Amino acid sequence: MIAESGHYAMVLALALALIQSTVPLLGARLSDPALMNIARSTALAQLLFVAFSFAALVTLHVTSDFSVANVFENSHSLKPLIYKVTGVWGNHEGSMLLWVSILALFGGLVAAFGGNLPRSLRARVLAVQAWVASAFYLFILGTSNPFLRLPNPPIEGRDLNPVLQDIGLAVHPPMLYLGYVGFSISFSFAIAALLEGRIDAAWARWVRPWTLIAWIFLTLGIAMGSYWAYYELGWGGWWFWDPVENASLMPWLAGTALLHSALVMEKREALKVWTILLSILTFSLSLLGTFLVRSGVLTSVHAFATDPTRGVFILLILCVFIGGSLMLFAWRASALKQGGLFAPISREGALVLNNLFLTTACATVFIGTLYPLGLEVLTGAKISVGAPFFNLTFAPLFLLVMIALPFGPMLGWKRGDLLGAAQRLLAAGVVALFAVAIAWAWTSGGAALAPLAIGLAVFVIAGALTDLAERIALFRAPFGVAMRRMRGLPRSIWGTAFAHAGIGIALIGIVCETTWNTEYLGTMKAGDAANVAGYELRLEGLFQEQGPNYRETTAPFTVYGGGQRIAVMRPSKRSFTTRGGMSTTEAALLTRGASQLYISLGDATPDGGIAVRIYHKPMVLLIWLGPVLMAFGGMLSLSDRRLRVGAPKPAKALRGLQPAE
Amino acid sequence: MKRVLALLFIVAAISVTAARAVQPDEIMADPVKEARARDLSRELRCMVCQNQSIDDSEAPLARDLRLLVRERIAAGDSDGQVIDFLVARYGEFVLLKPRFERRTVLLWLVPPFVLLGGGLALWLNGRRRSGHGGVGPSQPALTAEEEARLAALLAADAPPEKS
Repeated sequence: MIAESGHYAMVLALALALIQSTVPLLGARLSDPALMNIARSTALAQLLFVAFSFAALVTLHVTSDFSVANVFENSHSLKPLIYKVTGVWGNHEGSMLLWVSILALFGGLVAAFGGNLPRSLRARVLAVQAWVASAFYLFILGTSNPFLRLPNPPIEGRDLNPVLQDIGLAVHPPMLYLGYVGFSISFSFAIAALLEGRIDAAWARWVRPWTLIAWIFLTLGIAMGSYWAYYELGWGGWWFWDPVENASLMPWLAGTALLHSALVMEKREALKVWTILLSILTFSLSLLGTFLVRSGVLTSVHAFATDPTRGVFILLILCVFIGGSLMLFAWRASALKQGGLFAPISREGALVLNNLFLTTACATVFIGTLYPLGLEVLTGAKISVGAPFFNLTFAPLFLLVMIALPFGPMLGWKRGDLLGAAQRLLAAGVVALFAVAIAWAWTSGGAALAPLAIGLAVFVIAGALTDLAERIALFRAPFGVAMRRMRGLPRSIWGTAFAHAGIGIALIGIVCETTWNTEYLGTMKAGDAANVAGYELRLEGLFQEQGPNYRETTAPFTVYGGGQRIAVMRPSKRSFTTRGGMSTTEAALLTRGASQLYISLGDATPDGGIAVRIYHKPMVLLIWLGPVLMAFGGMLSLSDRRLRVGAPKPAKALRGLQPAE
Repeated sequence: MKRVLALLFIVAAISVTAARAVQPDEIMADPVKEARARDLSRELRCMVCQNQSIDDSEAPLARDLRLLVRERIAAGDSDGQVIDFLVARYGEFVLLKPRFERRTVLLWLVPPFVLLGGGLALWLNGRRRSGHGGVGPSQPALTAEEEARLAALLAADAPPEKS
């Protein structure tokens, strides 16, 4: 019953989405408020039904109803409860259901909190949102029904892939989807603006918070995924330039560009057409990512050709939405009036430069990811494009971005003073040079460029701090005045500083980890000790243990540093009896400041030893602290009074009514 | 979900009894040669894996390739010779960084082309929109009368400096 009602709820959601995609548009055309308001109620009702459908699938997984194919294939009665829940989206059908649920959630949020939007704009935005939703409901119902019953229900399920039985699965996919799908809102706003043929600064102010929310989640989702791979895959890598990673990086790059161009549009009414195009491109890249991962085209072009139903359906969605929106753009964009002029050296100019670099970086990832696929389809030749390619092309671009980054916030709108900005950044530059000198003197070995990269990172961080100091007139005004100014500083300024400093911090982590990473590799027996980066690690022995649905071999290591016993690390290897003896490596991590010791186990040797890899990864945690700071900056910016107050039109009138901060 | 799939692919590529990447018994005695072998390994693809270098991969094939690379280095090959040897044997697919040749022209040229093309488009756009030579001169200059009024207005209410 639960499966059938869940299925039925989704059919109803599709019906609602179809109404929502047509009637409000008619209403907007006829200026009929009643018809336009239908968008709001259908969006909320749609959310309700999808949520019901999702809850039904969760219930089926939790109660281990193996008469449902999806549960049988991905669950096991002995699996811990949390993985029964997360297993819902650890498979194709369930993850698509999560996708549409989040889509409906965003639609519902716009319906619920979009009260200050002009009615016709809201109607059109929700209608466009429903086009996307309808396409994906059709996809799920037609090709990937998670509620399919099995004629002869088996007694036990096949269990979830062991690598996925991790807390990472609970957090990473939902975060990533909140980011991916969140960009559908800016897409819908862009299409609605093209349909209306009107766009202004207020539009940018409505779009920015939604873009920011999506960007925050995507940032955290990517960082979380990277950390998950780092500790779960067992060789200490944190970014592999894998096509599936690139699929999430592309919308992030485009989304970051969009955040910055929307800023120009909001403040200065410039870059309208470009902002619209970026909104379309960002969500198109999200769709492309969904296609790449969901169609199986990445595993092999041939696998895609032999079982093409799903792939072709998503490809069709992709073509219709990307092609359609770009055509609409080409047709209507000329109707949008260009806004304010600005000199090349200005805040706008700096943001345009940022967009140029981010777009190029995005194009680089795009071509590197799709070129092998395209070449194979067209000529049959197989080539590989991997990490070395991206390191050579993407990294220099990002270093250029970072050199320019501190100058942007220092320049004035319309016409800036580059020399003045450089003078104000002098202190940051001096600090950076000191950092280069220190890094160069302290470390030995590794690339000669590493200390320079550290200096660049410090320059970015110091630049962000300088921006804050300049704005509160620190050292120029009396200290009390500066503090008062600091309290009065808009939160978006703080947000910018945090986000920009976050990039610098991540770069320090990346440079340190890749340059001064120490590795020990060897076969060890009980009582053996290894020396890594000033730590001594002694293997205490090998122990067999039994988990709920696996057996594990644990190898406790006692860690000594400076003659002192610091901790015990317990790396292990798990063998999943439920999955035919498939094994996973559970690495042990010991955090010392921002650095980590990392142990992962290999195979046992016949004479009672075990292959062991031990890494010392200096400053590795900064790689993820950076994105967390960036997301925090995004949240600060989101809580800024300017965005909370909403539409700029009534802002003056409302100001008196707002509670004091 | 993207990552999940990555994990799935990688797991699928690992057989149950797979060894971990670079085994203790593979390491060369000479640290300089070993470092060269590691650097080369990072540029070579494990062909049965999903986008993994042989340095990272646990598949038996990757182990064979690692041993082969070390064999060639021990035999006195230069890095280029090792690469040529592997390409001759396994095709271009083995290189994670494709060589610059006719069919990879687009791959290598798109990033600089986008950057330069974008820059050029911006420059032309800026010139077109602001007339020639920046923002100022394209706008009609103020008449003497307007200048005087402007000066008077500015003097009347010079705004206090805002943060």
